[in-house]
Amino acid sequence: MGKLLALLLGLVLAGSAIAKEAPTAAADPLLEKRVMALAAELRCLVCQNQTIADSHAELAVDLKNQVREKLKQGESEEKIIEYMVARYGDFVLYKPPVKATTLPLWIGPFVLLLAALVGLYYYIARRRRSAPAQTLNAEEEARVRALLDAPEERP
Amino acid sequence: MLRARFLIPLAVFAVMVVFLGVGLTLNPREVPSPLINKPEPPFQLPQLHAPDKTFAQKDMLGKVWMLNVWASWCVACREEHPHLVELARSGVVPIYGLNYKDERADGIAWLARFGNPYQLSAYDRDGRIGIDYGVYGVPETYVIDKAGVIRYKRIGIVSPEIVRDKILPLVKELNGNG
Repeated sequence: MGKLLALLLGLVLAGSAIAKEAPTAAADPLLEKRVMALAAELRCLVCQNQTIADSHAELAVDLKNQVREKLKQGESEEKIIEYMVARYGDFVLYKPPVKATTLPLWIGPFVLLLAALVGLYYYIARRRRSAPAQTLNAEEEARVRALLDAPEERP
Repeated sequence: MLRARFLIPLAVFAVMVVFLGVGLTLNPREVPSPLINKPEPPFQLPQLHAPDKTFAQKDMLGKVWMLNVWASWCVACREEHPHLVELARSGVVPIYGLNYKDERADGIAWLARFGNPYQLSAYDRDGRIGIDYGVYGVPETYVIDKAGVIRYKRIGIVSPEIVRDKILPLVKELNGNG
């Protein structure tokens, strides 16, 4: 019985020893939060539709380590973004910067919306002009009035 | 008026064809490198074959040379390799390797098996220099001029066509002007 207990205890302890792996995240939760926030803004270049925060590609892990190290050294977020852009270009940013080459990207949808609104306006205006003005003569007016004044019929 | 209205869908279609057509010819994997025409990032790394000796990028100042990032685990590198061996044999441009995130023994064995086109290979175990060079997919190749400025970057395999149309003319031009 004693042996069995010891074995059980040993197994339990072994389990907790295994569970202690993955030390990077636990080391400093505040730092890790900043690393992940920054990593969420950076594109993983190997798996292009993921951020390096989501990705487990080797390069993404390396870049996350780089970010962590630089934050630890007290570098600011902007500095690290600059560092990444200098190496991988604007493409590394998940949110592209507003500048001449990316302007169509930023204002394109609004231009399209405006064009659609202008088109709609002219379409409606033309329909209104082409449709004959609808006026009622006296007889029709009397019928309308009679219908409106009639007690409501419940179906 | 009526005819113009019928032309609108055609015009929209034409614009879409142009946009999609251009889109088809672009390769999203080829990210334009911000490093083109910038001085190459400095590095000093141990050599693959001689761990006690180092190779630094400033050793190469005054020469036009090619830096090829490779690894023994990289399948595409194997496909590229014969082209590099051939280019090295022609002696037009010295090729230096950057063995990227590899085991030293694996890298050496790989070169022994497939041939070694490199004057020497620098050994970048943890990929730190790779990050400085904006490496995100192996193989990658850089052509660097006499002043240590990166003039050309190829992401992916250096094919005989790339050598003929891009690298050789560029090397000739860089050697001529310097």
